[in-house]
Amino acid sequence: MTHTTFRVHVDPDKCQGHNRCYSVSPDLFELDELGMSSEIGTGLVPGGLVSLARLAVENCPEHAISLTELSELSELSELSELTEAEVQP
Amino acid sequence: MTNRHPPVGDFATDFDHTDPAWVADPYPIWDDLRQRCPVAHSDRYGGTWLPVTHDLVSEVAYDHEHFTSRSVVVSERRPGPDDLPAPIGVSPPISSDPPYHGLVRRMLLPAFTPRPIAALEPFTRELCRELLEGTEGRASFDAAVDYAQHIPVRVIVRFLGFPQEDADMFRSIIRLVLEEVDLPPEEREERFTEVDAYMDAQIEDHIAHPRDDLTSFLIDAEIGGQKLPVEQIRGTMVLLMIAGIDTTWSAIGASLWHLAQHPEDRRRLAAEPSLMDTAVEELLRAYAPVTMARLVATDFDFHGHPFKEGDWLLLPFPAANRDPAAFENPGLVQLDRARNRHAAFGLGRHRCLGSNLARMELRVALQEWLARYPDFELADPAAVSWSAGQVRGPRALPVTILQSGR
Repeated sequence: MTHTTFRVHVDPDKCQGHNRCYSVSPDLFELDELGMSSEIGTGLVPGGLVSLARLAVENCPEHAISLTELSELSELSELSELTEAEVQP
Repeated sequence: MTNRHPPVGDFATDFDHTDPAWVADPYPIWDDLRQRCPVAHSDRYGGTWLPVTHDLVSEVAYDHEHFTSRSVVVSERRPGPDDLPAPIGVSPPISSDPPYHGLVRRMLLPAFTPRPIAALEPFTRELCRELLEGTEGRASFDAAVDYAQHIPVRVIVRFLGFPQEDADMFRSIIRLVLEEVDLPPEEREERFTEVDAYMDAQIEDHIAHPRDDLTSFLIDAEIGGQKLPVEQIRGTMVLLMIAGIDTTWSAIGASLWHLAQHPEDRRRLAAEPSLMDTAVEELLRAYAPVTMARLVATDFDFHGHPFKEGDWLLLPFPAANRDPAAFENPGLVQLDRARNRHAAFGLGRHRCLGSNLARMELRVALQEWLARYPDFELADPAAVSWSAGQVRGPRALPVTILQSGR
Protein backbone atom coordinates (compact mmCIF):
# COMPACT_ATOMS: atom_id res chain seq x y z
CA MET A 1 0.00 0.00 0.00
CA THR A 2 1.42 3.31 -1.01
CA HIS A 3 -1.40 5.70 -0.04
CA THR A 4 -2.48 6.53 3.48
CA THR A 5 -5.58 4.86 4.86
CA PHE A 6 -8.11 6.66 7.03
CA ARG A 7 -10.86 5.57 9.32
CA VAL A 8 -13.82 7.80 10.18
CA HIS A 9 -15.77 7.45 13.43
CA VAL A 10 -18.82 9.12 14.96
CA ASP A 11 -18.80 9.38 18.75
CA PRO A 12 -22.36 8.29 19.67
CA ASP A 13 -22.17 10.21 22.95
CA LYS A 14 -21.53 13.47 21.11
CA CYS A 15 -23.75 13.07 18.04
CA GLN A 16 -26.98 15.09 18.36
CA GLY A 17 -28.41 14.28 14.97
CA HIS A 18 -27.60 17.49 13.06
CA ASN A 19 -27.20 15.18 10.01
CA ARG A 20 -24.48 17.35 8.49
CA CYS A 21 -22.12 14.41 7.90
CA TYR A 22 -24.87 12.39 6.26
CA SER A 23 -25.69 15.35 4.05
CA VAL A 24 -22.05 15.99 3.08
CA SER A 25 -21.04 12.34 2.54
CA PRO A 26 -23.91 9.84 2.54
CA ASP A 27 -21.53 7.11 1.35
CA LEU A 28 -19.65 7.18 4.66
CA PHE A 29 -22.44 7.69 7.23
CA GLU A 30 -25.82 6.20 7.99
CA LEU A 31 -28.63 7.33 10.28
CA ASP A 32 -30.62 5.29 12.76
CA GLU A 33 -34.38 5.65 13.26
CA LEU A 34 -33.78 8.65 15.56
CA GLY A 35 -31.59 10.38 12.99
CA MET A 36 -28.37 9.73 14.92
CA SER A 37 -25.34 9.11 12.74
CA SER A 38 -22.70 6.41 12.64
CA GLU A 39 -19.98 5.45 10.18
CA ILE A 40 -20.93 2.79 7.64
CA GLY A 41 -19.25 -0.54 8.39
CA THR A 42 -15.80 -0.24 9.90
CA GLY A 43 -15.50 3.39 8.87
CA LEU A 44 -12.63 2.66 6.49
CA VAL A 45 -12.61 5.56 4.03
CA PRO A 46 -12.18 4.64 0.35
CA GLY A 47 -9.31 6.65 -1.22
CA GLY A 48 -11.60 8.86 -3.27
CA LEU A 49 -13.73 9.86 -0.29
CA VAL A 50 -11.06 11.18 2.07
CA SER A 51 -11.82 14.82 1.28
CA LEU A 52 -15.52 14.21 1.88
CA ALA A 53 -14.71 12.54 5.21
CA ARG A 54 -12.70 15.60 6.14
CA LEU A 55 -15.62 17.84 5.19
CA ALA A 56 -17.90 15.81 7.43
CA VAL A 57 -15.49 16.33 10.33
CA GLU A 58 -15.26 20.07 9.64
CA ASN A 59 -19.02 20.53 9.47
CA CYS A 60 -20.04 18.69 12.61
CA PRO A 61 -21.19 21.33 15.10
CA GLU A 62 -20.71 18.90 18.00
CA HIS A 63 -17.13 17.88 17.11
CA ALA A 64 -18.41 14.30 17.18
CA ILE A 65 -16.49 12.94 14.17
CA SER A 66 -12.88 11.83 14.10
CA LEU A 67 -10.73 10.93 11.11
CA THR A 68 -7.77 8.77 12.03
CA GLU A 69 -4.81 7.86 9.92
CA LEU A 70 -4.14 4.16 10.10
CA SER A 71 -0.40 3.74 10.20
CA GLU A 72 0.05 0.49 12.01
CA LEU A 73 0.10 -2.46 9.68
CA SER A 74 -1.63 -4.82 12.09
CA GLU A 75 -4.50 -2.38 12.57
CA LEU A 76 -4.80 -2.02 8.82
CA SER A 77 -4.87 -5.71 8.01
CA GLU A 78 -7.42 -6.29 10.75
CA LEU A 79 -9.73 -3.67 9.27
CA SER A 80 -9.20 -4.96 5.74
CA GLU A 81 -10.26 -8.41 6.82
CA LEU A 82 -13.37 -7.01 8.43
CA THR A 83 -14.23 -5.04 5.31
CA GLU A 84 -13.77 -8.08 3.12
CA ALA A 85 -15.87 -10.18 5.45
CA GLU A 86 -18.64 -7.60 5.25
CA VAL A 87 -18.90 -7.70 1.48
CA GLN A 88 -19.43 -11.47 1.51
CA PRO A 89 -23.09 -12.36 0.97
CA MET B 1 -43.35 47.31 17.44
CA THR B 2 -43.30 50.03 20.06
CA ASN B 3 -40.72 49.62 22.73
CA ARG B 4 -42.15 49.63 26.23
CA HIS B 5 -38.76 49.87 27.92
CA PRO B 6 -36.41 52.82 28.40
CA PRO B 7 -33.63 53.02 25.81
CA VAL B 8 -30.39 51.16 26.54
CA GLY B 9 -27.33 53.19 27.46
CA ASP B 10 -24.59 50.57 27.74
CA PHE B 11 -25.32 47.06 26.43
CA ALA B 12 -22.61 45.61 28.68
CA THR B 13 -24.54 46.48 31.83
CA ASP B 14 -28.10 47.20 30.68
CA PHE B 15 -28.84 45.20 27.49
CA ASP B 16 -32.37 44.57 26.27
CA HIS B 17 -33.03 42.27 23.32
CA THR B 18 -36.13 44.32 22.42
CA ASP B 19 -34.17 47.59 22.22
CA PRO B 20 -34.47 49.23 18.76
CA ALA B 21 -30.67 49.27 18.28
CA TRP B 22 -30.42 45.51 18.98
CA VAL B 23 -33.44 44.78 16.79
CA ALA B 24 -32.07 46.83 13.87
CA ASP B 25 -28.53 45.40 13.94
CA PRO B 26 -27.31 43.24 16.85
CA TYR B 27 -23.98 42.21 15.28
CA PRO B 28 -21.91 45.30 16.18
CA ILE B 29 -23.32 45.11 19.72
CA TRP B 30 -22.19 41.50 20.10
CA ASP B 31 -18.79 42.26 18.50
CA ASP B 32 -18.28 45.05 21.01
CA LEU B 33 -19.38 42.91 23.98
CA ARG B 34 -17.12 40.06 22.84
CA GLN B 35 -14.18 42.46 23.19
CA ARG B 36 -15.28 44.04 26.44
CA CYS B 37 -17.00 41.38 28.57
CA PRO B 38 -17.64 38.72 27.15
CA VAL B 39 -20.51 38.03 29.58
CA ALA B 40 -22.87 41.00 29.77
CA HIS B 41 -25.46 41.59 32.49
CA SER B 42 -28.72 43.48 32.66
CA ASP B 43 -31.16 44.08 35.51
CA ARG B 44 -34.02 43.99 33.00
CA TYR B 45 -36.51 41.12 33.10
CA GLY B 46 -35.53 40.59 36.72
CA GLY B 47 -31.86 39.94 35.93
CA THR B 48 -30.42 38.52 32.71
CA TRP B 49 -26.96 37.36 31.56
CA LEU B 50 -25.57 37.30 28.04
CA PRO B 51 -22.46 35.36 26.96
CA VAL B 52 -21.40 36.26 23.40
CA THR B 53 -18.45 34.00 22.46
CA HIS B 54 -18.76 30.61 20.76
CA ASP B 55 -16.89 28.96 23.65
CA LEU B 56 -19.17 30.38 26.35
CA VAL B 57 -22.36 29.74 24.39
CA SER B 58 -21.26 26.10 23.89
CA GLU B 59 -20.35 25.76 27.55
CA VAL B 60 -23.82 26.84 28.65
CA ALA B 61 -25.55 24.69 26.01
CA TYR B 62 -23.76 21.59 27.33
CA ASP B 63 -24.23 22.40 31.02
CA HIS B 64 -27.43 20.84 32.37
CA GLU B 65 -26.29 21.01 35.96
CA HIS B 66 -26.16 24.79 36.40
CA PHE B 67 -28.83 25.73 33.85
CA THR B 68 -32.40 24.62 33.29
CA SER B 69 -34.48 24.89 30.12
CA ARG B 70 -37.66 25.18 32.14
CA SER B 71 -38.37 28.45 30.37
CA VAL B 72 -36.62 29.39 27.13
CA VAL B 73 -38.28 32.71 26.33
CA VAL B 74 -37.10 35.66 28.41
CA SER B 75 -40.05 37.78 29.49
CA GLU B 76 -41.28 39.67 32.53
CA ARG B 77 -42.89 36.47 33.74
CA ARG B 78 -40.89 33.54 35.06
CA PRO B 79 -42.38 30.04 35.42
CA GLY B 80 -44.53 29.99 38.55
CA PRO B 81 -45.89 27.31 40.88
CA ASP B 82 -48.85 26.66 38.56
CA ASP B 83 -46.62 25.77 35.60
CA LEU B 84 -45.46 22.23 34.97
CA PRO B 85 -42.34 21.89 37.07
CA ALA B 86 -38.88 20.88 35.88
CA PRO B 87 -37.88 18.52 34.42
CA ILE B 88 -40.97 18.63 32.17
CA GLY B 89 -41.69 22.35 31.82
CA VAL B 90 -44.45 24.13 29.91
CA SER B 91 -43.68 22.81 26.43
CA PRO B 92 -41.65 19.59 26.44
CA PRO B 93 -39.05 18.73 25.33
CA ILE B 94 -37.65 22.24 24.68
CA SER B 95 -38.56 23.18 28.27
CA SER B 96 -37.39 19.87 29.75
CA ASP B 97 -34.16 18.87 31.42
CA PRO B 98 -32.38 15.51 31.40
CA PRO B 99 -33.13 12.73 31.96
CA TYR B 100 -36.82 13.37 31.19
CA HIS B 101 -35.86 15.48 28.16
CA GLY B 102 -34.26 12.47 26.48
CA LEU B 103 -37.44 10.38 26.79
CA VAL B 104 -39.62 13.00 25.07
CA ARG B 105 -36.99 13.72 22.47
CA ARG B 106 -36.59 10.05 21.54
CA MET B 107 -40.37 9.84 21.15
CA LEU B 108 -40.39 12.81 18.71
CA LEU B 109 -37.15 12.30 16.75
CA PRO B 110 -38.39 9.63 14.30
CA ALA B 111 -40.92 12.12 12.87
CA PHE B 112 -38.13 14.57 11.94
CA THR B 113 -35.48 12.43 10.22
CA PRO B 114 -34.62 13.11 6.55
CA ARG B 115 -37.09 10.53 5.19
CA PRO B 116 -40.38 11.92 6.61
CA ILE B 117 -39.17 15.45 5.91
CA ALA B 118 -38.42 14.57 2.27
CA ALA B 119 -42.06 13.50 2.00
CA LEU B 120 -43.06 17.14 2.69
CA GLU B 121 -40.80 18.54 -0.05
CA PRO B 122 -43.21 18.23 -3.02
CA PHE B 123 -45.93 20.04 -1.01
CA THR B 124 -43.42 22.75 -0.05
CA ARG B 125 -42.21 23.22 -3.63
CA GLU B 126 -45.74 23.41 -4.97
CA LEU B 127 -46.62 25.94 -2.24
CA CYS B 128 -43.62 28.14 -3.11
CA ARG B 129 -44.54 28.10 -6.79
CA GLU B 130 -48.12 28.97 -5.99
CA LEU B 131 -47.04 31.91 -3.79
CA LEU B 132 -44.71 33.21 -6.49
CA GLU B 133 -47.48 32.76 -9.03
CA GLY B 134 -49.48 35.17 -6.87
CA THR B 135 -46.81 37.87 -7.27
CA GLU B 136 -46.82 37.51 -11.07
CA GLY B 137 -46.64 40.82 -12.91
CA ARG B 138 -45.91 42.93 -9.81
CA ALA B 139 -42.79 45.05 -10.18
CA SER B 140 -42.49 45.37 -6.46
CA PHE B 141 -43.87 43.47 -3.43
CA ASP B 142 -42.99 42.39 0.11
CA ALA B 143 -40.83 39.25 0.10
CA ALA B 144 -41.39 38.68 3.84
CA VAL B 145 -45.14 39.24 3.90
CA ASP B 146 -46.16 37.92 0.49
CA TYR B 147 -43.74 35.00 0.29
CA ALA B 148 -41.52 33.94 3.23
CA GLN B 149 -44.09 34.08 6.00
CA HIS B 150 -46.58 31.78 4.26
CA ILE B 151 -44.18 28.90 3.70
CA PRO B 152 -43.40 27.52 7.18
CA VAL B 153 -46.88 28.17 8.55
CA ARG B 154 -48.57 26.20 5.80
CA VAL B 155 -46.00 23.40 5.95
CA ILE B 156 -46.35 22.96 9.72
CA VAL B 157 -50.14 23.22 9.51
CA ARG B 158 -50.04 20.36 7.00
CA PHE B 159 -47.52 18.41 9.12
CA LEU B 160 -49.75 18.74 12.22
CA GLY B 161 -52.88 17.97 10.20
CA PHE B 162 -54.74 21.21 10.96
CA PRO B 163 -57.03 22.91 8.41
CA GLN B 164 -55.01 24.99 5.93
CA GLU B 165 -57.47 27.87 6.33
CA ASP B 166 -56.28 28.32 9.97
CA ALA B 167 -52.77 29.26 8.80
CA ASP B 168 -53.43 33.01 8.96
CA MET B 169 -54.68 32.82 12.54
CA PHE B 170 -51.48 31.03 13.63
CA ARG B 171 -49.26 33.78 12.34
CA SER B 172 -50.86 36.42 14.53
CA ILE B 173 -50.83 34.18 17.61
CA ILE B 174 -47.17 33.39 17.15
CA ARG B 175 -46.20 37.01 16.79
CA LEU B 176 -47.88 37.75 20.11
CA VAL B 177 -46.34 34.81 21.91
CA LEU B 178 -42.78 35.25 20.67
CA GLU B 179 -42.26 38.89 19.89
CA GLU B 180 -44.38 40.85 22.29
CA VAL B 181 -42.48 39.60 25.30
CA ASP B 182 -42.67 42.93 27.08
CA LEU B 183 -46.49 42.94 27.23
CA PRO B 184 -48.06 42.91 30.69
CA PRO B 185 -48.13 39.31 32.07
CA GLU B 186 -51.97 39.19 32.21
CA GLU B 187 -52.27 40.06 28.54
CA ARG B 188 -49.77 37.37 27.54
CA GLU B 189 -51.60 34.89 29.77
CA GLU B 190 -54.83 35.59 27.92
CA ARG B 191 -53.20 34.91 24.55
CA PHE B 192 -51.78 31.60 25.75
CA THR B 193 -55.26 30.56 26.88
CA GLU B 194 -56.59 31.16 23.35
CA VAL B 195 -53.87 28.96 21.87
CA ASP B 196 -54.61 26.18 24.38
CA ALA B 197 -58.30 26.23 23.49
CA TYR B 198 -57.55 25.86 19.79
CA MET B 199 -55.19 22.96 20.44
CA ASP B 200 -57.72 21.19 22.67
CA ALA B 201 -60.30 21.34 19.86
CA GLN B 202 -57.77 19.87 17.41
CA ILE B 203 -56.83 17.07 19.80
CA GLU B 204 -60.50 16.13 20.30
CA ASP B 205 -61.08 16.11 16.57
CA HIS B 206 -58.04 13.89 15.99
CA ILE B 207 -59.09 11.48 18.74
CA ALA B 208 -62.49 11.16 17.04
CA HIS B 209 -60.95 10.97 13.55
CA PRO B 210 -57.37 9.65 13.66
CA ARG B 211 -55.20 10.32 10.57
CA ASP B 212 -51.64 10.12 9.35
CA ASP B 213 -50.21 13.35 10.77
CA LEU B 214 -48.12 14.68 13.63
CA THR B 215 -51.14 15.30 15.90
CA SER B 216 -52.32 11.69 15.67
CA PHE B 217 -48.67 10.62 16.11
CA LEU B 218 -48.56 12.54 19.42
CA ILE B 219 -51.91 11.19 20.60
CA ASP B 220 -50.70 7.62 19.96
CA ALA B 221 -47.22 8.21 21.36
CA GLU B 222 -46.13 6.58 24.58
CA ILE B 223 -43.37 7.30 27.05
CA GLY B 224 -42.50 4.35 29.27
CA GLY B 225 -45.68 2.57 28.15
CA GLN B 226 -47.86 5.54 29.11
CA LYS B 227 -49.84 7.76 26.75
CA LEU B 228 -49.03 11.45 27.15
CA PRO B 229 -51.29 13.61 29.35
CA VAL B 230 -53.37 15.99 27.24
CA GLU B 231 -51.62 19.11 28.55
CA GLN B 232 -48.33 17.64 27.42
CA ILE B 233 -49.66 16.86 23.93
CA ARG B 234 -50.95 20.41 23.78
CA GLY B 235 -47.69 21.87 25.03
CA THR B 236 -45.70 19.91 22.48
CA MET B 237 -48.04 20.93 19.65
CA VAL B 238 -47.79 24.60 20.65
CA LEU B 239 -44.04 24.19 20.73
CA LEU B 240 -43.84 22.59 17.29
CA MET B 241 -46.08 25.27 15.87
CA ILE B 242 -44.21 28.18 17.41
CA ALA B 243 -40.74 26.74 16.92
CA GLY B 244 -41.47 25.75 13.34
CA ILE B 245 -42.96 28.94 11.98
CA ASP B 246 -41.35 32.19 13.09
CA THR B 247 -37.87 30.72 12.92
CA THR B 248 -38.01 29.41 9.36
CA TRP B 249 -39.89 32.48 8.15
CA SER B 250 -36.98 34.51 9.56
CA ALA B 251 -34.32 32.36 7.91
CA ILE B 252 -35.99 32.57 4.49
CA GLY B 253 -36.56 36.32 4.83
CA ALA B 254 -33.02 37.07 6.02
CA SER B 255 -31.56 35.01 3.17
CA LEU B 256 -33.63 36.92 0.60
CA TRP B 257 -32.61 40.17 2.30
CA HIS B 258 -28.97 39.20 1.85
CA LEU B 259 -29.41 38.14 -1.77
CA ALA B 260 -31.33 41.34 -2.57
CA GLN B 261 -28.23 43.33 -1.59
CA HIS B 262 -25.55 41.09 -3.09
CA PRO B 263 -25.94 40.80 -6.87
CA GLU B 264 -22.80 38.66 -7.18
CA ASP B 265 -24.18 36.12 -4.70
CA ARG B 266 -27.63 35.82 -6.26
CA ARG B 267 -26.19 35.51 -9.75
CA ARG B 268 -23.72 32.89 -8.62
CA LEU B 269 -26.43 30.91 -6.84
CA ALA B 270 -28.75 31.12 -9.84
CA ALA B 271 -25.93 30.01 -12.17
CA GLU B 272 -24.49 27.26 -9.93
CA PRO B 273 -27.35 25.27 -8.40
CA SER B 274 -24.84 22.86 -6.82
CA LEU B 275 -23.74 25.69 -4.53
CA MET B 276 -27.11 25.64 -2.79
CA ASP B 277 -26.14 23.24 0.01
CA THR B 278 -23.15 25.23 1.30
CA ALA B 279 -25.06 28.48 0.63
CA VAL B 280 -27.96 27.38 2.85
CA GLU B 281 -25.52 26.53 5.67
CA GLU B 282 -23.69 29.83 5.28
CA LEU B 283 -26.88 31.88 5.28
CA LEU B 284 -27.99 29.95 8.38
CA ARG B 285 -24.65 30.74 10.04
CA ALA B 286 -24.58 34.42 9.19
CA TYR B 287 -28.27 35.10 9.85
CA ALA B 288 -29.13 32.43 12.44
CA PRO B 289 -32.52 33.61 13.65
CA VAL B 290 -32.77 31.94 17.05
CA THR B 291 -31.40 33.07 20.40
CA MET B 292 -32.37 30.59 23.12
CA ALA B 293 -32.57 31.15 26.86
CA ARG B 294 -31.92 29.27 30.09
CA LEU B 295 -32.69 29.88 33.74
CA VAL B 296 -29.81 29.58 36.17
CA ALA B 297 -30.60 26.47 38.23
CA THR B 298 -28.32 27.07 41.18
CA ASP B 299 -26.09 29.81 42.60
CA PHE B 300 -22.59 29.46 41.16
CA ASP B 301 -19.62 31.37 39.82
CA PHE B 302 -19.55 31.53 36.01
CA HIS B 303 -16.13 32.81 34.91
CA GLY B 304 -16.11 35.36 37.74
CA HIS B 305 -19.78 36.30 37.47
CA PRO B 306 -22.09 35.60 40.42
CA PHE B 307 -24.92 33.65 38.74
CA LYS B 308 -27.97 33.32 41.00
CA GLU B 309 -30.70 30.71 40.87
CA GLY B 310 -33.57 32.07 38.79
CA ASP B 311 -31.49 34.53 36.73
CA TRP B 312 -32.27 34.51 33.02
CA LEU B 313 -29.52 33.78 30.53
CA LEU B 314 -29.85 34.62 26.84
CA LEU B 315 -28.08 32.01 24.72
CA PRO B 316 -27.26 33.83 21.47
CA PHE B 317 -26.31 31.16 18.93
CA PRO B 318 -26.28 33.92 16.27
CA ALA B 319 -23.49 35.67 18.24
CA ALA B 320 -21.55 32.40 18.52
CA ASN B 321 -21.79 32.10 14.72
CA ARG B 322 -20.10 35.51 14.35
CA ASP B 323 -17.20 34.80 16.71
CA PRO B 324 -13.85 35.29 14.92
CA ALA B 325 -12.31 32.71 17.27
CA ALA B 326 -14.56 30.06 15.70
CA PHE B 327 -15.04 31.28 12.11
CA GLU B 328 -12.72 32.93 9.61
CA ASN B 329 -14.08 36.29 8.49
CA PRO B 330 -17.35 35.74 10.37
CA GLY B 331 -18.91 38.97 9.10
CA LEU B 332 -18.43 37.91 5.49
CA VAL B 333 -21.03 35.72 3.79
CA GLN B 334 -19.16 33.15 1.67
CA LEU B 335 -21.67 30.95 -0.13
CA ASP B 336 -19.01 28.28 -0.74
CA ARG B 337 -17.72 28.24 2.86
CA ALA B 338 -16.64 24.60 3.12
CA ARG B 339 -15.81 24.41 6.85
CA ASN B 340 -18.90 25.47 8.71
CA ARG B 341 -19.61 24.18 12.19
CA HIS B 342 -22.30 26.79 12.75
CA ALA B 343 -24.66 26.57 15.71
CA ALA B 344 -27.79 27.98 14.08
CA PHE B 345 -29.77 24.98 15.34
CA GLY B 346 -28.16 25.03 18.75
CA LEU B 347 -25.67 22.67 20.33
CA GLY B 348 -26.03 19.65 22.57
CA ARG B 349 -29.17 17.83 23.62
CA HIS B 350 -31.55 20.59 22.65
CA ARG B 351 -30.42 20.70 19.00
CA CYS B 352 -33.41 21.96 17.03
CA LEU B 353 -35.70 19.00 16.43
CA GLY B 354 -36.89 20.50 13.15
CA SER B 355 -33.48 21.27 11.62
CA ASN B 356 -34.06 18.94 8.66
CA LEU B 357 -37.46 20.52 8.06
CA ALA B 358 -36.08 24.07 8.27
CA ARG B 359 -33.20 23.28 5.90
CA MET B 360 -35.56 21.71 3.38
CA GLU B 361 -37.90 24.71 3.50
CA LEU B 362 -35.07 27.25 3.17
CA ARG B 363 -33.48 25.38 0.26
CA VAL B 364 -36.75 24.92 -1.64
CA ALA B 365 -37.86 28.51 -0.93
CA LEU B 366 -34.59 29.91 -2.34
CA GLN B 367 -34.50 27.53 -5.31
CA GLU B 368 -38.02 28.41 -6.37
CA TRP B 369 -37.51 32.12 -5.75
CA LEU B 370 -34.32 32.27 -7.83
CA ALA B 371 -35.90 30.25 -10.63
CA ARG B 372 -38.70 32.81 -10.82
CA TYR B 373 -36.80 35.97 -9.85
CA PRO B 374 -33.05 35.55 -10.55
CA ASP B 375 -32.50 39.28 -10.17
CA PHE B 376 -34.06 41.56 -7.56
CA GLU B 377 -33.10 44.25 -5.08
CA LEU B 378 -34.43 46.05 -2.02
CA ALA B 379 -37.14 48.51 -3.04
CA ASP B 380 -36.38 50.73 -0.08
CA PRO B 381 -33.69 49.67 2.44
CA ALA B 382 -35.17 52.03 5.05
CA ALA B 383 -38.52 50.22 4.83
CA VAL B 384 -37.03 46.88 5.97
CA SER B 385 -38.04 46.12 9.56
CA TRP B 386 -36.88 43.32 11.85
CA SER B 387 -38.68 41.31 14.52
CA ALA B 388 -37.89 41.98 18.15
CA GLY B 389 -37.19 39.28 20.70
CA GLN B 390 -35.35 35.98 20.45
CA VAL B 391 -36.21 35.20 16.83
CA ARG B 392 -34.67 37.61 14.35
CA GLY B 393 -35.90 38.04 10.80
CA PRO B 394 -37.27 40.69 8.45
CA ARG B 395 -40.97 41.40 8.94
CA ALA B 396 -41.18 43.96 6.13
CA LEU B 397 -38.98 43.34 3.08
CA PRO B 398 -40.10 45.32 0.04
CA VAL B 399 -38.24 44.18 -3.09
CA THR B 400 -38.17 45.30 -6.70
CA ILE B 401 -37.99 42.63 -9.37
CA LEU B 402 -35.26 43.32 -11.92
CA GLN B 403 -35.55 40.13 -13.94
CA SER B 404 -38.24 37.50 -14.11
CA GLY B 405 -37.44 33.93 -15.13
CA ARG B 406 -39.67 31.00 -16.16
